[in-house]
Amino acid sequence: MSIRTSRIPAENTAQAITANRLSDGSVIYLTAKDNWSERIEDCQSAPDPQAAKVLLHQAQRHAANGHVVGPYLFKIEHENGTPVALGRREIIRTRGPSVGTDLKRPI
Amino acid sequence: MPLIKHGRLVEDRWHETDDFAEVQTLAPLGPVIVSLDVWRQHKDAILAFDGPIGLRLAPGQTPDLAAADLHRFEVIALEFATFTDGRAYSQARLLRQRHGYKGELRAVGEVLRDQLTFMLRCGFDSFSLATAQQAQALLEAVEEFAHWYQPALDGRATIPALRRGSGEKSSPVAAGCAATWAY
Amino acid sequence: MYRYDEFDHAFVAERVAQFSGQVARRVSGELSEDEFKPLRLMNGLYLQLHAYMLRVAIPYGTLASHQLRKLAHIARTYDHGYGHFTTRQNIQYNWPKLEDVPKILAELAEVEMHAIQTSGNCIRNITADPLAGVAADEVDDPRTYAEIIRQWSTLHPEFSFLPRKFKIAVTGAPSDRAVTRGHDIGLRMHRNADGEPGFEVMVGGGQGRTPILAKTLRDFLPVDQMLSYLEAILRVYNQLGRRDNIYKARLKIMVESLGVEALAELVEAEWAQIPDGTLDLPIEERQRIAAYFAPPSYVDLPDESSALDGAIAADASFAAWVESNVHEHKQPGYAIATISTKPHGGIPGDASAEQMEAIADLAEQYGFGEIRISHKQNLILPDIQKTDLFALWQALGILGMSAANAGRISDIIACPGLDYCNLANARSIPIAQRISERFSDLAREREIGDISLNISGCINACAHHHVANIGVLGVDKKGTEYYQVTLGGVSNENAAIGSIIGPAFDEWQIADAIETIVDVYLQQREVGEKFIQTYQRIGPQPFKEKLYASD
Repeated sequence: MSIRTSRIPAENTAQAITANRLSDGSVIYLTAKDNWSERIEDCQSAPDPQAAKVLLHQAQRHAANGHVVGPYLFKIEHENGTPVALGRREIIRTRGPSVGTDLKRPI
Repeated sequence: MPLIKHGRLVEDRWHETDDFAEVQTLAPLGPVIVSLDVWRQHKDAILAFDGPIGLRLAPGQTPDLAAADLHRFEVIALEFATFTDGRAYSQARLLRQRHGYKGELRAVGEVLRDQLTFMLRCGFDSFSLATAQQAQALLEAVEEFAHWYQPALDGRATIPALRRGSGEKSSPVAAGCAATWAY
Repeated sequence: MYRYDEFDHAFVAERVAQFSGQVARRVSGELSEDEFKPLRLMNGLYLQLHAYMLRVAIPYGTLASHQLRKLAHIARTYDHGYGHFTTRQNIQYNWPKLEDVPKILAELAEVEMHAIQTSGNCIRNITADPLAGVAADEVDDPRTYAEIIRQWSTLHPEFSFLPRKFKIAVTGAPSDRAVTRGHDIGLRMHRNADGEPGFEVMVGGGQGRTPILAKTLRDFLPVDQMLSYLEAILRVYNQLGRRDNIYKARLKIMVESLGVEALAELVEAEWAQIPDGTLDLPIEERQRIAAYFAPPSYVDLPDESSALDGAIAADASFAAWVESNVHEHKQPGYAIATISTKPHGGIPGDASAEQMEAIADLAEQYGFGEIRISHKQNLILPDIQKTDLFALWQALGILGMSAANAGRISDIIACPGLDYCNLANARSIPIAQRISERFSDLAREREIGDISLNISGCINACAHHHVANIGVLGVDKKGTEYYQVTLGGVSNENAAIGSIIGPAFDEWQIADAIETIVDVYLQQREVGEKFIQTYQRIGPQPFKEKLYASD
């Protein structure tokens, strides 16, 4: 898998929230229904920094109540209406390791 | 603040301050714990108060700095600024083992359940808690391990000693450091 | 091999119960993540990029076959069917669930294993020469001492919250296969003029953003005083090591700022005040532990094996494997076989559950059921009769583990990098895969000969790139991965830190750059010269000229 990410997102890119689930460590995304999904497609998108702040606040409440660990904002863009991660780290987090030979986890 | 001493929740009769003016007000009222700086600057005046005196050492202040006076203190409080700052463990062992300090050795600051056995084994015998609710959980932690590998100040026989079949206990003060890894 | 007695068993069981309680308190919300994190780290549990990661200790890199089978079982039952062997001779699982970790630890305890102190600011898993007990050049088996240190350091009351992690390595041989100068404390056994065994004590080594080789603190420490001296070093460090800046907190920074002589004065003064007899190791106790590591019952054999010689003559691929992967054994007629985890294009250090089980079988069939893990992330079968090497090699071939590349350019040490690790800035494994594919021609690898190539995905340098002949460090520049190359590092008894050769390469240039470096070596070398010898003779300039010719 080649991950070319030289493009730097503009300041006002949309953002979403990701975290890890406490019980199994899975990568999860905060949804519009204020719960969590393993699919980035389900993430709630914050179009501007103000909305992002609100989302982060919401996620930190979940973290304080347990069940999710270390929520943070990351940048996304929409491809044909579907949110995709920007930045190499988050792309790898959504797709799984790029080493690809013997992994049971679908990439 | 709630205090566990010798395995029981007790009332803390000590006042604590790092301000000499406050010492002057508090000392006539009861036992007072002073910081090392206050002690070093006002030692004679503090001794004149005639009441019980305790000392608080900050992380990084070696007991050597008060070595000659240690017998004057009924309490020495060592501080865990955060529970991940482990300097007080060495201070405690040195106080007990090198300096032969026999008074109360109190853990203050971030004193949590999962560090309690380490503290006990380094010679602490009292623990200042944030809330009284913590006390039960802390005391439970003491029972998590029956035996340990290293000689320490909890008076228990070490695993090496038990292996030899001697079951000899490490005597809390002289032994700990001096007492042999028990081989 | 060391075997737990009732006390070890009870202790590890208590630790499993304690950690299970900590997990339960975390899940119930009694512990916050901030409170839980240092506790889980002290038991080797990280939260990485995709999931939790559990690092299981393999003390001094020695495993029994039934333990390796258990590691395979855990990989299959609780993880994704594979494990990753690390440069600290441990194994990491990349996908365990928090709720399964107590069960995993209970299963490990059944086979006398644990994850105690595989992370955290405490004394980490003790590492040792992977050829301990079988190398011909050994003074004494370092595992006796590594095991004693393991026990002494386990949940040490005074040294469990140090300024930073603390790594100790022990070698019993003059040839350093344990990177002792890369550790906070390196212990190298030798004998004094009276023939008594003791340690050269080296302190303040470490990799990371400030790579420093350990300096000698004491030339000769009698073995029976090992623990009291370690206690003195640890006590000085615990009190005076910096805690204000994580990047300045390792012992190496203290050694640099104080100077090794000043540190030696502090340590000796502290040591002098530890009363005589404290922590001394009586000879009976050393003998008791040493008995666990007594040599197995070797058969008397002639050193030469006509079966081996015949197979070498008949099969060039086997001959190449013997040349690179078979090491001299101290016992006549026996050999030490390295099993490479690095097939060309593979993931360095990874082994599947099936491979682990098959290797456990082979260790029993052809050896005495013992397996070693090397800091180069390979597995080693220490006691193979020379006559059996060909059959072993054939069996390894079926497993896809017969690569004839130990010590060769495709024997790459790679950290998990950005594919797994939360700290990484760049990927390492795909770069290792790409480079090793470039060098998949056996004849070419043999032509290049002995060389080391290590790839780290960030400045923490888990893959030891600073002490590789060719070191590769992944960095991030404005969202793009770049790879900085260092040349001239050495990890053995002549340890050296490599120097940066010039501007970094991107992920598409780096394999070409490595080829260029190798080509310069092949053009410039004199007869019999290894890569590092040529580099040390000609210096970086010829490499620079070729690498940056078009600039």
